[in-house]
Amino acid sequence: MSEPAPRVSLARIFGAFALIGVTSFGGGIVAYLRSALVERHRWLDEEEFMAALEISQTLPGLNSTNMSVLVGRKLRGPLGAAAAVLGMVLPGAAILIVLGFGYARFRHNPDVAVVLSGVAAAAVGLLLQVTLKIGWKQLLRPKDLVFVILVFFLVGVLHVSLVVTLACVAPLVIWLNRPGTEDRKEGA
Amino acid sequence: MTKIVGLVNVFALLSLLAVGGGTAVLPQMKHDTTDIHHWVTDTQFAEIYSLGQLAPGPNMTCVILIGYMVSGWAGAVAVLFAFFFPSSLLCYWVGSAWESARGSPWRDAIQRGMAPVVIGLMLAGTYAVGKIANFNPALGWKYNGTTLSITAAVVALLALTRINPAVAILAGGVAGYILLR
Repeated sequence: MSEPAPRVSLARIFGAFALIGVTSFGGGIVAYLRSALVERHRWLDEEEFMAALEISQTLPGLNSTNMSVLVGRKLRGPLGAAAAVLGMVLPGAAILIVLGFGYARFRHNPDVAVVLSGVAAAAVGLLLQVTLKIGWKQLLRPKDLVFVILVFFLVGVLHVSLVVTLACVAPLVIWLNRPGTEDRKEGA
Repeated sequence: MTKIVGLVNVFALLSLLAVGGGTAVLPQMKHDTTDIHHWVTDTQFAEIYSLGQLAPGPNMTCVILIGYMVSGWAGAVAVLFAFFFPSSLLCYWVGSAWESARGSPWRDAIQRGMAPVVIGLMLAGTYAVGKIANFNPALGWKYNGTTLSITAAVVALLALTRINPAVAILAGGVAGYILLR
């Protein structure tokens, strides 16, 4: 933040995030966030955007709502953060409730069931592709792959609770990657 | 009322456990809402997740439908609050500390160390939905072969073309309508 930003109204924050929320169909929300926040509204510069994105991805919670919190807070403090998160979530929630009514009414209709089966199968493809795209580096590095497989088995197959898994595995992986253990070759 | 408390307990914990995004908590969410609390069936869980793909905004907003099915509007609002408020509050507080830790070697250690954990959780999430969406022993090889083909086709389409993911999801619905009837 080099120059002091002009005060942005809460309604404008809500509206901007609502627009991002309703136009970000089918994932890829980062691209929508960047074009709205950096290019259209100029609320963040490129570097601030990348820093906020990194925080959003590291902390628990959805990347999109965490980004909303960080940008809303920067603009108007706690109320700004609330306006941004609500803007991001509420329009989709309203549409989902409508879809939910339709679902409750028609889910026993065989035509609806097969469409939803197709959508679910496609959603699995989307999940898998996103995971591979984000994770190919970890999947190709043996010392990371061990933990990918370990966590997958603990949570996905053995149904060990996420609290227990994270409490056991997180300190271990962070210690194994403690400062001074970086792979020099990659230049990180 | 006890149901609302149960919903809030489950989804508030999931909110704080969602490292690397919503996919990470799908296995635990599925386990909690189907096997433990019996709020929804396996199929309903997968169908609700599919509806989330069809609506704009964050896909995980679909959790409100689980709340709605359990106790109506109050359940939907309770789940919305429980799933989004705790992680947002944490982000509000910790975000600034994290920002000021920029350049700290331990911050890099956390990021590098947690990366494979996040990928493992995302794979487990994919598997949790995939087990329901792609493989139903009761429906025979034609059904399962078709759903697996749709999944494989979507992976290939997204990897090889610049198609919008929403279009791929809708195409999956159309393929389901044509091939699975």
